[in-house]
Amino acid sequence: MLELKNISFTLDSDKEPVTILKDVSLNLEDNKFYVITGPNGGGKSTLAKIIMGIYQPTAGKIILDGKDITELPINERAKLGIGFAFQQPPRFKGITVRELLKLARGEQKGSGCNHLYDVGLCPKDYADREVNASLSGGELKRIEIATLLNRDLNVAIFDEPEAGIDLWSFSRLTETFKEMNNKNKSTMVIISHQERILEMADEIILVSEGEIQEIGEKNEMLSQILSKCNCDMACPERGEENVKCY
Amino acid sequence: MLNAIDKEMLEAIADIHDVPIGAYNIRKNGEGVSKKSTANIEIRPKEGKPGIDVIVKPGTKGESIHIPVIITETGMNDLVYNTFDIGEGADVLIVAGCGIHNPGNNKSQHDGIHNFIVRKGARLHYIEKHYGAGTGEGGRVLNPKTILEIEEDGYAELDMVQIKGVDSTKRYTEAKIHKNGHLLVSERLLTHGKQYAETEMIIDLVGENATTQVISRSVAQDNSKQIFYPRVIGKAKSRGHVQCDAIIMNNAVVRSIPEIDARHADAQLVHEAAIGKIAGEQIIKLMTLGLSEEEAEERILQGFLK
Ligand SMILES: Nc1ncnc2c1ncn2[C@@H]1O[C@H](COP(=O)(O)OP(=O)(O)O)[C@@H](O)[C@H]1O
Ligand SMILES: [Mg+2]
Repeated sequence: MLELKNISFTLDSDKEPVTILKDVSLNLEDNKFYVITGPNGGGKSTLAKIIMGIYQPTAGKIILDGKDITELPINERAKLGIGFAFQQPPRFKGITVRELLKLARGEQKGSGCNHLYDVGLCPKDYADREVNASLSGGELKRIEIATLLNRDLNVAIFDEPEAGIDLWSFSRLTETFKEMNNKNKSTMVIISHQERILEMADEIILVSEGEIQEIGEKNEMLSQILSKCNCDMACPERGEENVKCY
Repeated sequence: MLNAIDKEMLEAIADIHDVPIGAYNIRKNGEGVSKKSTANIEIRPKEGKPGIDVIVKPGTKGESIHIPVIITETGMNDLVYNTFDIGEGADVLIVAGCGIHNPGNNKSQHDGIHNFIVRKGARLHYIEKHYGAGTGEGGRVLNPKTILEIEEDGYAELDMVQIKGVDSTKRYTEAKIHKNGHLLVSERLLTHGKQYAETEMIIDLVGENATTQVISRSVAQDNSKQIFYPRVIGKAKSRGHVQCDAIIMNNAVVRSIPEIDARHADAQLVHEAAIGKIAGEQIIKLMTLGLSEEEAEERILQGFLK
């Protein structure tokens, strides 16, 4: 189980400190499927980065299976089985898709190139391409997802994985998430606005203004979110299909 | 004739373990130590000057020539003139390279002046690696000069690699490219400590449809200094593309001064130059895969210089 206890995150700025997360507490149970949703700028990515160790919380504790990991660096957390797929993954000149997947696998045998199929990319066409500017944003995003699919993870966090995925690959991807959840007993944490991903959740967590506004079982949360939907409010994804507004 | 240090250097600069296959000439501490010609490739000592003439018969295909130079004495100053005549329609690989193992406190230097003529329709792949080792205080200095003439339909590819170990280098490359000729230069450079590296290139596109591409990637660490002056001149309907990409670290200094000079309305010349540090996001991404910060940095540089 991954426990967040009273996590706050404040950034120093020129004028006054900016609080991005306020006293967030959350228990993520083994093998469960969580979807975090909420308006842009609400703090979802920040929360994920705090779990991964990319940001250090200004207050609070992070406990993984009873062990305090608040002070552990990113790579130590990776070794404990925490994985994070970036919302905006970086590019690497001179590193091929195969090499990146191999790095992700670490000690495990093989590169897990076959997981490219799961994100709708043909390994034959992509394995030897460099992860550089020649890849489109959508291709990069898919490769990023594949770097998590080929690992045995305790906690797998995906930050808006749907961006850049076409509909055909999307159904396949949702299947893959389910499989990952079942097979590896991974705790899945997916940040998403997509109704079809929200549908897969055991629990939905609504984050806005740096706080957890609501957390609950899927059906109950879905109807709540839908009834609250009011597009006069700030709705950045307006115009897209299947978008939730809050 | 060759001892363990010689062999280590030969391996580093020319990927050879013992006597190379094909034609070769091994030069050690200012003298030729062994050479071999083949039926199609003649290697003979130059008259009146130190160095060799390499003559490749027209139509020679798939043969290689190894011409490593090693220096194992301190205070050595080796100047050599080599001429390569690649006959019409030939297709050959030349592996050059210089290793300096300076055990003492005096400067050891090798200045290689290489003249190539790539004749009509010929193809040349030239690989040059520089390597420095030795624990002495003496400087290891390499100043290669490469001059090429690429005739009609000729093609040349130069791979120039210098990873650590060389204290000071001034590399000068000059090329004249005739009709339908092509030159690809790819340079990989890593400097550290107080090293200094300077690259100057002048590529003259004189014939119709002459093309060139220069790809330079470098990493400057510690207090090292690098300067690039690539220059492409388009005197005919031609195309040239220069791309210089540098990663800068610590207190290093990198200057990149590309020049494109068009003297014909149908000359298409492009240059791109970028200098920057390793993106923090890249290191973080690799750390999320379990690499330490140092391992991540190493891996990023390794890919960049591949
Ligand atoms: N490194 C940072 N520096 C300054 N502001 C940041 C930084 N990271 C996030 N923020 C701010 O924190 C808020 C939450 O951002 P984020 O976690 O990315 O939101 P979400 O993922 O929910 O869209 C936003 O207002 C964002 O501008
Ligand atoms: Mg986000």
